[in-house]
Amino acid sequence: MAVFSIPGAKISGISACVPSEIRYTKNYDRMSENEKNLFIKTVGVESRRVTGKGMTTLDLCVTAAEKLITELGWNRNEIELLVFITQSKDYYLPGNGTIAQDKLRLSRNCMAFDIGLGCSGYIYGLSVAASILRAAGIKKALLLAGDISTVNTSYEDKSVFPLFGDAGTATAIENSSDSGKWSFNLFSDGSGFESIMIPDGGMRNRISQDSSFVYRTFENGNSRTPLHLALKGIDIFNFSIGEVPRSVRELLAFENRTIGDFDYFILHQANKLMNETIRKKLGIEKNKVPYSIQKFGNTSSASIPLTVVTELGQKARENNLSLFLSGFGVGLSWGNVSLNTNHIVCPEIINAG
Amino acid sequence: MSDINDFIKKIEAEFEEISPGSLNPGTNFREMKDWSSMHALIIIALIDTEYGISLNGEHMRSVSTIKELFDLIGKKKVTQQHIND
Repeated sequence: MAVFSIPGAKISGISACVPSEIRYTKNYDRMSENEKNLFIKTVGVESRRVTGKGMTTLDLCVTAAEKLITELGWNRNEIELLVFITQSKDYYLPGNGTIAQDKLRLSRNCMAFDIGLGCSGYIYGLSVAASILRAAGIKKALLLAGDISTVNTSYEDKSVFPLFGDAGTATAIENSSDSGKWSFNLFSDGSGFESIMIPDGGMRNRISQDSSFVYRTFENGNSRTPLHLALKGIDIFNFSIGEVPRSVRELLAFENRTIGDFDYFILHQANKLMNETIRKKLGIEKNKVPYSIQKFGNTSSASIPLTVVTELGQKARENNLSLFLSGFGVGLSWGNVSLNTNHIVCPEIINAG
Repeated sequence: MSDINDFIKKIEAEFEEISPGSLNPGTNFREMKDWSSMHALIIIALIDTEYGISLNGEHMRSVSTIKELFDLIGKKKVTQQHIND
C-alpha cells in the first residue's frame, strides 16, 4: 500500500500564471439559458482562461517559475531538480523538462524530466520531488505543473467545452530539517482509463486522415473527433465521491490526525458539486475548502497550486498553515498529501499575453 | 429507510425549477424539460449523501421513473447491509 511519510522537505513558494484571455460560460451559445444556469450552479465554472496560438503550458509554467525564483532570490545553480507535470507538452518529443531547464537558465547539473499525469499530478509530483531531494541530498527543486486542456476540447461537446481552463504553476521545494514530514497516499485504477481520454494521436490509435479529424455525434447530442478530450462525467463523479473520501480517511488514520487538525483542504478543482459532496461526506466545514473553479475552471494538475495562490495568497504568505491536498481524475489516478507551509513566497497570480 | 414521498420531496428541493408537489412515483425523469447529465449528477450526489448508496452511470441508465430509482436504492441498501453483516 502506497502510504508513506517523507521528512525534511519544505515548500518555500508557489506561483501561478494564466492566459489573460477570459471566456465566460454565459457566452457559450451551445447551451440554453437554463442549461447555463444549471451548469454554473452545479459544476461551478463561471469563467475560465484560454490560451491563444503560440502560448503553451511550458510558457505559462516558465513565467510562473521565473517570478518565483526572483522573489525567492534563489541561486539558480542550486536548483538541481526540475519535475514537469503535464499532459500538454510542447512537442511529441522531447519533453518539457529539459526545455524548461534551459529557459530558466538552470545548471546542466539539474536533473529535469516530465511526468504525464493530470488531476492527481501535483500530489504525485510532490512525492517524487521530495523523495529525490532526500535521496540525492539536493538543496533546491522546482515542481512545474500545468495544462492547456482547452486546446483539445470540442466546441460541440457541452460535457467538456465549458469545463476546462488553462494554467501553469511553479512550486519551490527545499531541503529542510525543521519542517516536519509530508505524508502521502497514492492510488491507481487503470481499469477506468477510458473515463477521461483523448483516444487518437498516441501510438495505439495513430493519427489517421480517415478518422482522426471526423466528428461523431453521441447519444447525448455532443459531438467531437477522436483528437478531442472525452469525459464520462457520471462515472468520474461516482468514482470521485466514493474513492476520495475513503482515501482521505485512510491518510488521516495513518497520521493519527483528524479533520480539525487542518487549516485547509484543497481539492483538485474538478466540479463543484463533486467537491461539495466529498466535503459533506467528510464533514469538513465550508470555510476550510476553498474554490477557484468559478474563475478558472478545471485546470488539471495546476488546480491545487492555483487555488493556493488565488484563494489563500495572503494567508499563505503570513501564516503557518496545515494543509491537506487531494488530487483525483485521469488515469484513473488519485492521491493525498498532508503538509505544513510556513510563511511561503506566494506572488499574486500572473496574467500572460 | 424513509418512504418514497420523502425521496420525492428531497429531489424537488434539489431542483429550483421543479415546483413542490409536481413529481410522483411514476414520473419519468428523463422526459423532464431540459433533462441533462447535470441532473443525473445532482441525483447521484443526493442519493450518496442521504442514503449512503453510490450509483454509477450504468445504474442511472437502467432506470427511468422515480419509483424505479427508489427501488434501486432499496435493493442496493439490502446488498450493502448483507456485505456489512
